[in-house]
Amino acid sequence: MTGLNKVVQSYQDAMAGLVDGMTIISGGFGLCGIPENLIAEIKRKGTKSLTLVSNNCGVDDFGLGVLLPERQIKKIIASYVGENAEFERQMMSGELEVELTPQGTLAEKMRAGGAGIPAFYTATGVGTLVAAGKTERQFNDRDYILEQAITGDFAIIKAWKADRFGNLVYRKTARNFNPMAATAGKITVAEVEELVEPGALDPDEIHTPGIYVNRVIQGTFEKRIEQRTTRASGES
Amino acid sequence: MALSREQIAQRVAREMRDGYYVNLGIGIPTLVANYIPEDIAVMLHSENGLLGMGQFPSEAELDADLINAGKQTVTMTTGASIFDSAESFAMIRGGHVDLTVLGAFEVDVNGNIASYMIPGKLIKGMGGAMDLVAGADNIIVTMTHASKHGESKLLTQCSLPLTGKGCIKKVLTDLALIEIKNGKFHLLERAPGVTVDEIIKLTQGELVVPKFVPEMRF
Repeated sequence: MTGLNKVVQSYQDAMAGLVDGMTIISGGFGLCGIPENLIAEIKRKGTKSLTLVSNNCGVDDFGLGVLLPERQIKKIIASYVGENAEFERQMMSGELEVELTPQGTLAEKMRAGGAGIPAFYTATGVGTLVAAGKTERQFNDRDYILEQAITGDFAIIKAWKADRFGNLVYRKTARNFNPMAATAGKITVAEVEELVEPGALDPDEIHTPGIYVNRVIQGTFEKRIEQRTTRASGES
Repeated sequence: MALSREQIAQRVAREMRDGYYVNLGIGIPTLVANYIPEDIAVMLHSENGLLGMGQFPSEAELDADLINAGKQTVTMTTGASIFDSAESFAMIRGGHVDLTVLGAFEVDVNGNIASYMIPGKLIKGMGGAMDLVAGADNIIVTMTHASKHGESKLLTQCSLPLTGKGCIKKVLTDLALIEIKNGKFHLLERAPGVTVDEIIKLTQGELVVPKFVPEMRF
């Protein structure tokens, strides 16, 4: 009996059940707070025709970008995709379908998906290409467009700490899209830096309750920095 | 003389008020943080999920888990808070951010803004810009008045895909501070040594010029 214990021992087990054509929602902003080992496992598995939902698509050799060379991604829904030469090539040639979505709308689509809300109205994107084909409606004399929620077959997320029940705590701005992504997957897989016993995390400080999480795996992380900006010590 | 990037940032910083929560976009807007008057307290919002963005870290403070919306490593100021992306954009969409400063390729007399896409050339995505222009009431756009080839960026109608419709009321260029209302540009201030004629020449959209146009001082 595994009961509430969500811990799996291998990355193979963590991504078991992922097959061609599925939709995956990923946490992370740039390379910060991305589930880097789960992404590596998807690459190893060679799963194809995936729809990816993620704010960004990594860089050429790290993050979701590693799924591009073998053309594992059929479609990506993202807000900003500019850091990746292979991405640009596949987008321009039409090999990769890209649905650019405003960042706040993307976050809300995931949140709504996880919360059982099928769609919501927002002013973001009114009068732009984003509004094309969408229902428009006025509330209080202002125009809004109807945006549909997103759910995934899988959600892959990165947290700082987890207990065996899948309660999660994130660290600093590595939180970003992870909490919403966690709610929106049929199977949500969290990889974490530190695994603790139930009771060790203060219930008041849990960011993602374990009800959303199906599998937890402890990993080691490179945590690559995309824009390393520092000031000389003493300078203020 | 046209304003330098630093002077643009300096002029924007004068729009800050004590107690403001401010979102600064990438590029010139980021520089604004260097010129916030010392006698007021403001908190910087970074849309990836941080209120209380501080300066760049020292080598010792460097932390891969602490970045800003430009993906640069940063620090946190005293009293900072961290939240997820949905909450961050709830702050923006809900109108809780007091001032937003962002760049643009073009703006027009109806307050439309184009800032994220050049078809066939630059298709990187809008990031949070569409949410910011739709959600914020108090927005300052910073950009150069004209392209390198002398083509005006203040137009009768934007030619590039829009980031937002009818949402911009204030633009600060390297030549002038301009307000947008009633379908026209209104000249409020000019850069030191820049004549009204020069500004008129480089403004394609209709520009209303008052009798006296004050010169910015630095």
